[in-house]
Amino acid sequence: MGGWLLRRALQAVVTLAIATALLFVLMRAAPGDPLFRLSADRPISQKEIEVLRARYGLDQPVGRQLAAFLGGLVHGDLGVSIEYGRPVTALLAERLPATLLLGGSVLLLNFTVGLWLGVRQAVRRGAREDRWLTTLSLTGYAMPSFWLGLMLAWLVGVEWRLLPAAGMQDPLLSSDAGWLTRAGDVLRHLVLPVLTLSVVSIAATMRYQRAAMLEVLHLPYIVTARAKGLPERLVTWRHAWRNALFPVITLFGLWLPILVSGSVFVEAVFAWPGLGSLAAGAVGGRDYPLLMGASLLVAALVVAGGFLTDVAYALLDPRVRIG
Amino acid sequence: MTSILEILRSAWRNPRGRTGALLLLIVAVAALVGPWLLPDPLAQPDILAGGLPPGVGHPFGTDQLSRDVLARVVNGARISLGVSVLAVALSVTLGAAVGIVAGYWGGAIDAALMRLVDGALAIPRLFILLLVLAVWERVPVLALILIIGVTGWFATSRLVRGEVLRIREEGYVQAAEALGARRRRIIFRHLLPNALGPLLVAATLGVGDVILLEAGLSFLGLGIQPPTPSWGGMILDSREVMVSAPWTGIFPGLAIVVTVLSANLFGDALRDAVDPRSA
Repeated sequence: MGGWLLRRALQAVVTLAIATALLFVLMRAAPGDPLFRLSADRPISQKEIEVLRARYGLDQPVGRQLAAFLGGLVHGDLGVSIEYGRPVTALLAERLPATLLLGGSVLLLNFTVGLWLGVRQAVRRGAREDRWLTTLSLTGYAMPSFWLGLMLAWLVGVEWRLLPAAGMQDPLLSSDAGWLTRAGDVLRHLVLPVLTLSVVSIAATMRYQRAAMLEVLHLPYIVTARAKGLPERLVTWRHAWRNALFPVITLFGLWLPILVSGSVFVEAVFAWPGLGSLAAGAVGGRDYPLLMGASLLVAALVVAGGFLTDVAYALLDPRVRIG
Repeated sequence: MTSILEILRSAWRNPRGRTGALLLLIVAVAALVGPWLLPDPLAQPDILAGGLPPGVGHPFGTDQLSRDVLARVVNGARISLGVSVLAVALSVTLGAAVGIVAGYWGGAIDAALMRLVDGALAIPRLFILLLVLAVWERVPVLALILIIGVTGWFATSRLVRGEVLRIREEGYVQAAEALGARRRRIIFRHLLPNALGPLLVAATLGVGDVILLEAGLSFLGLGIQPPTPSWGGMILDSREVMVSAPWTGIFPGLAIVVTVLSANLFGDALRDAVDPRSA
């Protein structure tokens, strides 16, 4: 296990390094000048441009820029946001908790409701319920998250006035409210964004669980379990599902990129104060350092997620580390 | 080996696959012919007819600038389908080329290419596109197609590489190699035809993904630029009038759902035909 773990960790580091290099090349190779937005907003003299160019190091050769960028990275310095005028790392750290809360809730819903529905589908393979659930989940998967979010915000938030449609906290909540009231308030704000992201993502979870379950259900030990008269519920959940859970673990790694991309739209629609709305705002303001920092953080999360998934898999299934 | 024709026939026999194919056909025909039959959405016939609810004359209503929403949705179909089909064609071609090179040549080339793909796959495609597109003030449609296409081949290359590694060990390829067949012949006569099934599945499902991606980019103001109608752009515009004129946002969204769903239904049926175990 030790050797395997070391090799896998090394691979993760290399992957992240390549991703970082790619991001840097992308930003530098893209046509256009990061400063053109500034000059579009108001008249700006050539001299001012030179000064700004020097301040952001844009007058240096690309090799030196990369070196400076990597040097900063090692010290946890991702530069200064153009829009906010504050260090990118501080902004990212501020916004991360809200995104983790949103993403965590969506994952929780997926890995409970999604798995349960997938198992039901597999057990009733080909029946009407299976077909309907497949169609429903595929419809959800085909929905643009920003559209579904807008529709829910309009119907539930504005027309029916059932739930708040924007933000994470009620600005009118008095400052001496107890923590329970506060938590309840955040929870109410959480419902619509979580629902939106879950609807557009649960199809993948259901499908994986269904396929994994089908693989297991025809194995001899299931036939044996049935033949000795075990109730079907025990066969399904205790015998089949336990083994059908392994493949689903890999989903977690695949999941992170989808979740992060989806949160860009959902957070923008619901004004959720997380990384997604930060990134969406950075696009509008052409805030490169911020956009770059957010992309790097996302890449690091994805690589770490893949690594942890593989480790969990190896712990559960010895064939991975030996074979 | 199942031929492409057999795969298509089997997908057509699948009820859900047939539904998807038919819906996709309807959207494609509407995208092709629709703009000729419907009023030009850029012409402004009646400035007093702004924000009308759906009714006679305007089945989907009109937007704030008195443009017919149906005409814009149909025009948007042309853009959406055009962009996604061309971009996917580009990604699939690139993915197949890289996958074959990596899988067939192997060794250091394979290792280098796959490390590159690993790194690229660590960055969600949306973020790559945000970084690249944010520099442009106005993105020409052709550039958008190129950029989406060039950023979409990573997963396909891995898929094709896997197929090539499998096919390479098959008896008929070994036999062809033993007979002294040229590399080109092996690639185009044996490797590529046998990898076409999975490629077709990836391409069909990819079309749905790219429609969603393009709509998302346009919603963020980075994709198709107004006044060219695009579904994502229309939903962006509807944000401000959602309460007074919700139909301006409902219909473009439904158009996306129907198109992506039908592409995915058809893609699923194709997958079942290629790999019957997954049914």
